[in-house]
Amino acid sequence: MRIETENLSYVYSQSSKALAVHALSGVSLTIEEGDFFGIIGHTGSGKSTFVQHLNGLIKIGKNCGGIKIGEYDLADKKCDFKSLRAKVGMVFQYPEQQLFAETVREDVAFGLRNFNKDISEQEIESRVRESIELVGLNYDRIKNKSPFELSGGQKRRVAIAGVIVTRPEILVLDEPAAGLDPVGKREFLSLLKRLHKSFVRTIILVSHDMNIVSENCTRAAIFSGGKVLSVGTPKEIFSDHEKLKSLGLDVPVTAYLEKALKTVGIDTDSDLTVDGFIDAYLNQCAEVDE
Amino acid sequence: MSLLKAENVSFSYDKRIKVVKNVSLAVEEGESVAIIGHNGSGKSTLAKLFNALICPDQGKITVDGFCSDDKKSLFEIRKRVGVVFQNPDNQLVASIVEDDVAFGPENLGVKREEIGQRIDFALAAVGMEKFRYSSPTRLSGGQKQRIAIAGVLALMPKILVLDESTAMLDPKGRKEVLAVAEKLNKEHNVTVINITHYMDEVVRADKVYVVNDGEIVLSGTPNEIFKEKDLLKTCGLELPLAAIVADKLIECGVNLPQGILTEEQLAEELCALKRKI
Repeated sequence: MRIETENLSYVYSQSSKALAVHALSGVSLTIEEGDFFGIIGHTGSGKSTFVQHLNGLIKIGKNCGGIKIGEYDLADKKCDFKSLRAKVGMVFQYPEQQLFAETVREDVAFGLRNFNKDISEQEIESRVRESIELVGLNYDRIKNKSPFELSGGQKRRVAIAGVIVTRPEILVLDEPAAGLDPVGKREFLSLLKRLHKSFVRTIILVSHDMNIVSENCTRAAIFSGGKVLSVGTPKEIFSDHEKLKSLGLDVPVTAYLEKALKTVGIDTDSDLTVDGFIDAYLNQCAEVDE
Repeated sequence: MSLLKAENVSFSYDKRIKVVKNVSLAVEEGESVAIIGHNGSGKSTLAKLFNALICPDQGKITVDGFCSDDKKSLFEIRKRVGVVFQNPDNQLVASIVEDDVAFGPENLGVKREEIGQRIDFALAAVGMEKFRYSSPTRLSGGQKQRIAIAGVLALMPKILVLDESTAMLDPKGRKEVLAVAEKLNKEHNVTVINITHYMDEVVRADKVYVVNDGEIVLSGTPNEIFKEKDLLKTCGLELPLAAIVADKLIECGVNLPQGILTEEQLAEELCALKRKI
C-alpha cells in the first residue's frame, strides 16, 4: 500500500489561542510500498504527530488536508479504521512498557483476538508462533513465561511480535532502538531488515540516529517546525551539512568523511552506507594509484 | 583519598540473583568517568548504589568519607551524589522551572536567600537562565534534561551521575547535555560519572569501566578500552562507528594508524594519507 499525505496540518489545543501549537503545517509526503523510510527531525518537529496520523490514532481535522493509504481515505468519516489498524502496525517508544498479559503467548495474541472476533484457537496458535519466531525468539521456550521475567531486549521483541501478529503491510516504529546497547541495536536492525522481507512491505522508522538512517533506509524525510524540509535518498537529504546542523541534527559518519575527503580531491560519492563508502573510497584510491 | 570508593560491593534485588558482583572501584575528585555495559549488566544499579538509593548487601560504598554501612551517613552521601536519569519527564516535579530547581534545596532546609543564589548558579551553569519562569512541559527534551541537571546542581553535589541521560534526546539535545557535563567537570571541578550506550561519548572520559553481568571486566583510558575489541563484543558492546570504519579500511589494506576513535581523527588521517600520495 502506498501512503500519500496531502497538505496535512494538525494543531494541538486548537480551541485556545494562547496554547495552540501548530504541530504539522501542510505536510505533503508520499511513501511508496517497499520503502524503508526514515523520518528525522529535532524534538518537537512533528515527527510523532505525523506518524500517529498514519493509523488514525490522530484523526484529520476539518480543512486539515488528507491521507490516503492504499484504498483507505483517512479523511473520510466512514473510513474503516479498525481494519486499517490491522494493516498499519505501530510500535511506540519503549514498547516493552506496553506489555501487560500473564504470559508471552497471551500478550502477543491480544491484538489478534481484538481484530478477529471469531478466530480459531488453532489459528491464534500458529499466528502467535509465526510472530514470535519472526522476532527471533524460541516460541516453545518462551510462550508460557511472564513477559516481565524477560530481559530488556527480549521484552522489546515480544512487544513487536504483538504488533506484527496481525500481519501488517506497513510497520511504523518510533525510536525503536533507543536505550538498547550497541549489540542489541545491531541485532534489532537486522530484525527489521528480516521483517522487511516478510509480509511487512513498508517500514517507517523515526530516529534520532543519523547513522541508522544512512545505513538502513531507502529514503528519508527531514521534519522541522511541522513541515517536511526535504525528502529523498539518504545521500540526497544528508548533502547539506550546514542546514542539518542549523536544525539541531547531525550527519552520518560516512557523510562527514565524504565531505572531508572532497577537500583533498577525493570524491567518493557513495550511497553513505559503511560498506558502500569503503568500496567507493578504495575505488577512488585505486584510480589515483594508476 | 578517593572521593568515591566501592569496595567488594555486591547487590541483589530479590536475594537470589546478584546484579552487582564484588565490584571495587575508586573515583578521584574532578575525574570524568564513563561506565558502559550491555542492557541488564547492572550499570543503573551501580548508579543507585553510588548515591545510596540502595545499599550494598556485601561490601561498602564510601563517598567523601561517609560510609554506606552507617545509616546516619546515607543522607550525607545523597547530598554529595546527584543522579540524572534517562527520561526527563519522570524527574521534573514542579510547574515552573525555578520551583523545580528549588525542590531539592528546600527539602534539605537550605535558607531562602541561599536557595535563590543556588537557582541562579544552577540555571547559569546549564545555560537555562532565560527559562527561569517557564513551564518545564513546554521545553524540548534537551532543555528538560538540562533543568533536571540544574535541579541536581542546586544540591551542590560533588559527583554528578548521568544514567543514560542522553538516550532519549535528539542530536542537539545530546550535545547540549554533554557540553554542560563537560563544563561542570572542567570549570567547577564536579566529578562526572556518565553511564551510557553511546560509544562516542566514552571517548571523552578520563577513565572507563566496562561492566558485564554485574562485574567490572575492564577499566582504563578510552584508548586502552577500545583496544579490547573481542572482549567488548562478548560484553554486548562495540567500538565507536568511526573506529569500526577505520578498522574495516585497515583490513582492506589502507595504511591508517591504530587507535582512531572519532570521525574527526579518521577524516584527518584519510586526508593526510592523500597528501602523501
